[in-house]
Amino acid sequence: MTSTVAWADVEVGTVLPPFAAPVQRMTLVQYAGASGDFNPIHWNEQFATQVGLPDVIAHGMLTMAIAGRVVTDWCGDPSALVDYWVRFTSPVVVPNDWTGVSVEVLGRVTEKREDNLVVVGITARCGDVDVLANAGAVVRLA
Amino acid sequence: MALNASLVGRSYPAQRSYEVCREKLREFADAIGDGSPVYRDPEAARSTGLPDVVAPPTFLFSVTMPWTAQLIGDPELGADYSRLVHGEQSFHSTRPVVPGDVLSGGVTIEAILVRGRNEYLVYRTDVTDASGEAVATLRSTVVFRGTAPPEEG
Repeated sequence: MTSTVAWADVEVGTVLPPFAAPVQRMTLVQYAGASGDFNPIHWNEQFATQVGLPDVIAHGMLTMAIAGRVVTDWCGDPSALVDYWVRFTSPVVVPNDWTGVSVEVLGRVTEKREDNLVVVGITARCGDVDVLANAGAVVRLA
Repeated sequence: MALNASLVGRSYPAQRSYEVCREKLREFADAIGDGSPVYRDPEAARSTGLPDVVAPPTFLFSVTMPWTAQLIGDPELGADYSRLVHGEQSFHSTRPVVPGDVLSGGVTIEAILVRGRNEYLVYRTDVTDASGEAVATLRSTVVFRGTAPPEEG
């Protein structure tokens, strides 16, 4: 349980390496199988549009899993993530093509606390839409 | 149909325990597109100071979904699953989840709120290990779109 990032080397405002993750229909099918969440709004556009959605949407928990990587890729240790929270604001709408969409994730240190803890603010966007709000994590650094 | 707010405080224990296995952790990491070796390779995990491969941070949500299903499906709650959307989610981790862990726990309704025509169900999920020690606490808010009755007047 050792973060590769030292608390002493981090300041409020430190920017974590950003990344973009592809999300395709295939991604949703794979996540449905691995997670056990087979709600048809994540794979059947006929059902999704019947319940008022624009198209098939990604699992919120898939978006949350993707966004958390901005922290775990940075510190190298998933167990350093003490707290992690998000609010789902807009769905990630995934068209039925072979391209899909891209979720862009950013993280920035917003606070330093005692016991080698930092607070990271996280944003996730799909196109020009924020798909998460009030997202962040408490991380224990080395 | 409005949710039954008198159920705040009701708990739903896990129907059965869940044994964590390394192949499931790999499968979940593949599904979220996370290539980190600490989810797959015990040697790589140990070299970073972990006891073994570990679960990705959001893995426990999947483990506990069958527990939550009891709550959502409680006929006394009156929830309309077709109007449910996930509003908020948080995780508090006490220790890493590793292969061989036998997880149990349960789900407790913490609040039922109305804002406009939407209803908000807030529940806490406690995850414990075989010795009853805390592993993690999850908090979820789910929104039922348009299920609150219109205000009178």
